[in-house]
Amino acid sequence: MSARVTRATALRVLTQLRRDPRTIVLLLGVPPFLLTLLKGAYHQDPQTFQHVGGPLVGLFPFSTMFVVTSITMLRERTTGTLERLMSLPLAKLDLLFGYGIAFAVVAVVQATLTSAYAFGLLGLDVAGSTAAVVALAVGNALLGMSLGLFVSAFARTEFQAVQFMPAFVFPQLLLCGLFVARDQMIGVLQIVADTMPLTYAFEALESVATEGSLGSRGALDVSVIVGSILLLLALGALTLRRRTA
Amino acid sequence: MAGPAAIAVEGLRVKRGGRRVLRDLSFAVASGSVTGLLGPSGCGKTTLMRAIVGVQIVESGRVEVLGAAAGSPPLRARVGYVTQAPSVYGDLSVRENLRYFARVLGVPQERIGRVLETVALGEQAEQVASSLSGGQMARVSLATALLGEPRLLVLDEPTVGLDPVLRRDLWATFRELATAGTTLLVSSHVMEEAEHCDELLLMRDGDLLAAESPAALRARTGRERLDEAFLALIEEREPAA
Repeated sequence: MSARVTRATALRVLTQLRRDPRTIVLLLGVPPFLLTLLKGAYHQDPQTFQHVGGPLVGLFPFSTMFVVTSITMLRERTTGTLERLMSLPLAKLDLLFGYGIAFAVVAVVQATLTSAYAFGLLGLDVAGSTAAVVALAVGNALLGMSLGLFVSAFARTEFQAVQFMPAFVFPQLLLCGLFVARDQMIGVLQIVADTMPLTYAFEALESVATEGSLGSRGALDVSVIVGSILLLLALGALTLRRRTA
Repeated sequence: MAGPAAIAVEGLRVKRGGRRVLRDLSFAVASGSVTGLLGPSGCGKTTLMRAIVGVQIVESGRVEVLGAAAGSPPLRARVGYVTQAPSVYGDLSVRENLRYFARVLGVPQERIGRVLETVALGEQAEQVASSLSGGQMARVSLATALLGEPRLLVLDEPTVGLDPVLRRDLWATFRELATAGTTLLVSSHVMEEAEHCDELLLMRDGDLLAAESPAALRARTGRERLDEAFLALIEEREPAA
């Protein structure tokens, strides 16, 4: 592994993104837009808006980075640039960490702007600090990125990669406790939810939003998030092959 | 054969999709030579090149490149490989592409200007790669492989779709590189390109029909034109029914 190559890869990914202003506008504009819709939809029930909106600020980067990474990675595979990189003196970790750094930077910007808008203009309020929400958002971005990186290996076309979003992201959003508290779901779904990393990400965000700190299960939540990122990155590294059939 | 072998292949067999694409190939490529790998589309040229670069899973056989096993880590900085489809980032400019690969290879950024000159793309340096023509894009891909001053360059159909002037210039470049000590393995399905090569590897259906110089091929078949010589070789092996 080399710091030079990792940094070069992060810069390259950011340059590619900079060349695509429309994607940047969407990345930064869609979360505030959706929160505005949510506020309007819940205008008779501001309490639910507070309950859902706070954690949502930290969950957006998960789905965004999932899609962006799986498409970018699929493109690396289909255009032959991945094969070229694998024939060069580049460690697999250089590539994975390069992506990680680049998307973490994007997540910081996205989460900061979304928080500023939500907490400043939409009247959302969290008990904890905005910085904690942004920090968790970056963690979720890396979680989404590593999941996207891994599953992109199983997509042959961009159509498939896009469909992985409802397949891998929506179930986690539905069951993590954002819409319905987990203890109110049928038993089997509670068990399923317990196996999904986003459940722990939501729990951490909810604690910060309502209690002001990570709470009693904070250590567990953070370890599961970090552990899942590392596990998915390791699995992702296995899908990067120097030799193919 | 002059000089030590840059590539030594022995008993190479490769299966792809249950079909044997390369059957028991053995040959050597002299270092500092321009070797043409010729044969019709689908005869296994690309698979052979992939095996030499070390990105192909092989069934059996030995492939040694610059004295090391093909694809081994020390070779990654010393072997340049240009695939048939240009493998560059379409959303980056030519310079940005080269800058990235130069950083990966750890070569000074000054090399960029030099390789841009070699492939005659100086004027397109700031252009986004996807806006280039097919031939220009192929040359960006080639420029990328030249960055690290590789000892061995493996080029898969580098002249396809180029205009005659550019093709001539590119062959002149290949010759200069070989004179400077680089070994080049260049594939083509156009026999007239064989003229530019020191040695030829003629392939058909996963077999090696000949590994010799154009002059030796002419002498052996008694044909002046290399495409006719190639046909003579095929007929010799598969007598018309």
